[in-house]
Amino acid sequence: MNRDMERYKEFSRRALLIGAGQAALFAALGARLGFLQVVEQEKFRMLSDRNRISMRLVPAGRGEIMDRFGVPLAINTQNFRAFIIPEQTDDVESTLQKLAHFIPVTEEDKQEVLVQMTRHRRFTPLLVKENLTWDDMAQVETNLPDLPGVSIDEGEIRSYPFGAATSHIIGYVGRVSKSEMTDDPVMNLPGFRIGKNGVEKSFDETLRGTAGQIQAEVNVVGREIRELERADPKQGHRLTLTLDADLQMQCQEILAQHRSASAVVMDAHNGEVYALCSHPGFDPNLFSRGIPADVWEELLADDTHPLTNKAVSGQYPPGSTFKMVTQLAALEAGISPTMKVFCPGYTMLGSHKFHCWKQGGHGNVDAVQAMAQSCDCYYYEVGRRVGVDAIAKMARRLGLGEKLGFEIPNEGAGLMPDRAWKVRRHREQWQQGETLNTSIGQGHVLTTPLQLATMTARLVNGGLAVKPILVRTIEDEGSQLKNWPSIGLDPAHLAVVMRGMNAVVNEPRGTANGSRIREPGYSMGGKTGTAQVRAITAAQRAAGVKNEDLPWRQRHHALFVGYGPVEAPRYVVSVVVEHGVGGGKVAAPVGRDILLATQKRDPQKIHTVDEAIEEAMREKKKFEEEQARSRNAAGPKPPPRNPKKEGDR
Amino acid sequence: MAYRNISRDNLTLPEKFFSISWPFVGLLTLVATIGFLSLYSAAGGKVDDWAGPHAIRFAVGLVGLIIAAIIDIRLWMRFAYLFYGICVLMLVFVEIKGHIGMGAQRWIDLGFIRLQPSEVMKIAVVLALARFFHGLTPDEIKKPIFIIPPLLLALLPVGLVFLQPNLGTATMILMVVGAMMFMAGVSYWFFVIVGVGAVSAVPVLWTFMHDYQKRRVLTFLNPESDPLGAGYNIIQSKIALGSGGISGKGFLQGTQGSLNFLPEKQTDFIFTLFTEEWGLIGGLGLLGLLAAIIIYGYFIAFNCQNQFGRLLVMGIIVNFSLYIFINIGMVMGLLPVVGVPLPMISHGGSSMLSVLFGFGLLMSAHVHRHVKFTRRGMDMV
Repeated sequence: MNRDMERYKEFSRRALLIGAGQAALFAALGARLGFLQVVEQEKFRMLSDRNRISMRLVPAGRGEIMDRFGVPLAINTQNFRAFIIPEQTDDVESTLQKLAHFIPVTEEDKQEVLVQMTRHRRFTPLLVKENLTWDDMAQVETNLPDLPGVSIDEGEIRSYPFGAATSHIIGYVGRVSKSEMTDDPVMNLPGFRIGKNGVEKSFDETLRGTAGQIQAEVNVVGREIRELERADPKQGHRLTLTLDADLQMQCQEILAQHRSASAVVMDAHNGEVYALCSHPGFDPNLFSRGIPADVWEELLADDTHPLTNKAVSGQYPPGSTFKMVTQLAALEAGISPTMKVFCPGYTMLGSHKFHCWKQGGHGNVDAVQAMAQSCDCYYYEVGRRVGVDAIAKMARRLGLGEKLGFEIPNEGAGLMPDRAWKVRRHREQWQQGETLNTSIGQGHVLTTPLQLATMTARLVNGGLAVKPILVRTIEDEGSQLKNWPSIGLDPAHLAVVMRGMNAVVNEPRGTANGSRIREPGYSMGGKTGTAQVRAITAAQRAAGVKNEDLPWRQRHHALFVGYGPVEAPRYVVSVVVEHGVGGGKVAAPVGRDILLATQKRDPQKIHTVDEAIEEAMREKKKFEEEQARSRNAAGPKPPPRNPKKEGDR
Repeated sequence: MAYRNISRDNLTLPEKFFSISWPFVGLLTLVATIGFLSLYSAAGGKVDDWAGPHAIRFAVGLVGLIIAAIIDIRLWMRFAYLFYGICVLMLVFVEIKGHIGMGAQRWIDLGFIRLQPSEVMKIAVVLALARFFHGLTPDEIKKPIFIIPPLLLALLPVGLVFLQPNLGTATMILMVVGAMMFMAGVSYWFFVIVGVGAVSAVPVLWTFMHDYQKRRVLTFLNPESDPLGAGYNIIQSKIALGSGGISGKGFLQGTQGSLNFLPEKQTDFIFTLFTEEWGLIGGLGLLGLLAAIIIYGYFIAFNCQNQFGRLLVMGIIVNFSLYIFINIGMVMGLLPVVGVPLPMISHGGSSMLSVLFGFGLLMSAHVHRHVKFTRRGMDMV
């Protein structure tokens, strides 16, 4: 008992001490409450009446995009813009009316502002007009007192020095559409642009940067009294592409001889894409400034699809450029390269006749000769022996039939059919005739120019699984280059294929012999292809109708894949001339010109930035002159859109 | 056996029921009603969002309180360590689950309620410490060696809660443990040493804190540095409070809350909403009610004839008052924003139920205040 009394006393004493502490804390709370609600009441009431901190976002500069040597491909240029803040004017329409005295404000601009007004809070500045001249800007500035709510701001606009020539790679930026809206408040900034296509789209977040913030105290009418805090914006990361602007311009020039064509130039060993062209292009600068409706519709209606990046998204039957795949599948299945097949000009499968492209036939051909002369019968035969599944497996190893994970949106997957696919897709068994068609790259097979270049690279680099890459370095993240694993092909088999491709170009009977490089010191090998857009009817064959006499849309596609130099392959190219009729006659010369230009240029070699810019600009000028000349020659026909002149760099 | 003969040692159930202190229960109901009204206002005059569930939880919690009060205090003492162990296991469970799942998940879903083990842990620590100190003689308490077990009892859950990371609750548990050790009679020297140690540990602790926790502390020290970011809460809360003035803007008339300038108005910042509408008069009135509950607790503690009951009651009272100091201090800009609710007023099930459960134990100590038992408390049950 005594012990418990002792404990009780100690407990009471200490509990009361704690109680005193609690009482003190309660008193503190009460005092604080009194202080806030009595002494500071007026201050807080005022603050509450008008919640008075205004936050303004300061847009960050978009990251620049450079070619491999530092030649600018996408930059930000100055842009004076007029804004109106609806909250600060009594009558938006009459203010706009007044503004129209000083700068050209069209009825459309006004309507746009009124539409935007319904979408944003009343204190959000709305864009009235951009790309104002210096004089316009000065006019508005001096008359600001009469224009309540109007403000001028010096923004940035995206510009593309190479215009149409890089349009498909870089893409363009535009206003944020509803589906692209996220929580990011930056999206609400007037004049904010989001990447809509190409690298601008796929690397949008890298390029976007971090917006700055200005916190300011504002008075009752919303005017800023003082700046409280400012966090400067952080410009987006700079991207350095693997592209060589100079070579890109040269390739565009070469492709421009044709109505619709695309080409890819790539490094066989590390996958760097040096040039990626799709002709015709469009002027991306129009998009960042707001494209006029008629120009837009014209672009959409054009049957050469200028808005599509045909090198990446275009899917074509590979035609005879596919024969390397069939050849490798055959070699891997144990068919000897010296085995000969007799070609009478056709192959019979049951009662059905499969024609070789050469009516009289090729006679006895082995692997190298079959490739050199592109003998269809040889590939019908070996294809029939190994079967479609082995061919499809080889094609996939070489990068066909699946997306490559390229850094540009809307990549085409192509199509590599096999037995399982046929059952899945058509609920039918695979027919042997289809194997024959597949062996020569016809039938269901579809490939993109990008895949064809990748396939060629894997053939000539000793069988490394390279994939095309477009972004070389990202600022702060470093190099994006990779080492590639092997796809496990027998070097002896690859040697046979390369001998065949060499013969295609450099032997008298080769299908591309007319396009061989005659300049000493440069060389190439390759393979031509002619892809049927629609089957040749028996009637046409009998009547001897020439393909080039058909309407443009029904003519064959002309293809070429190649590499150079022959002894130590470094560069590969793929070319598709849409409805160009003949691979040997049309696509091979294009491939030759590009491979020659590439080897002369040698983009692996280091060029200094200044040198590279100078060279690229020279090439651009040449291109523009060429375009102007052909426009004059062609008369009033709608010309390909020229890259806009870029003055301020 | 001798104790059996002492009067009112074994009460019948009705006797127990009627010896519950009903004025105390009335005080609790009054506070919960204020919570109901504030939540009704926070939802813009709607019962469904928060106020309705609040009332239901209070009713459920009240039943739990009465049951806890009727259960023999010796039974509570007997199972104190077991209860403590179960709570630690639950903490470990959420910790592991949190690692597997995404982010900091602090609750276990029991279907009808998302139980936060850290809330129940506070009560479990109080029970365990009360039992431990009940078993010590005054001489033993003064010996340093007997400080180690309670410290271990405290640091295990504190560590786990801190890992969650829930700095507010970890600090609260530490302070409750400190207060209980103090009242149990641990030497003053211990507190001097711990105090000095704590001050010198601040820089070390700082390096272990999460970024968002550091930011909260920095913003607390200078809220104006980030008026639209982390400092927003405090500034807006002060504006709401201050603009209420002496008589307030009137029920349902608060502007800051209803215009959504006030963040988390239904949980951590409910006091702000209440005082914006009811002014200094309402705010002091609420503080008075809460103080009355605490003072009432002191009376109950002083009337307990066993050390276990006394320490249990005081632990619960200190815990309850810490909720109040931290929450109200935080919304008035006296303390950093640590995410501690205002018990029985804020929206949220775990804190309401654990506070009422705690009061149930307090009431059990009151009902069984005349019970006397041995050091281990085992012989009677």
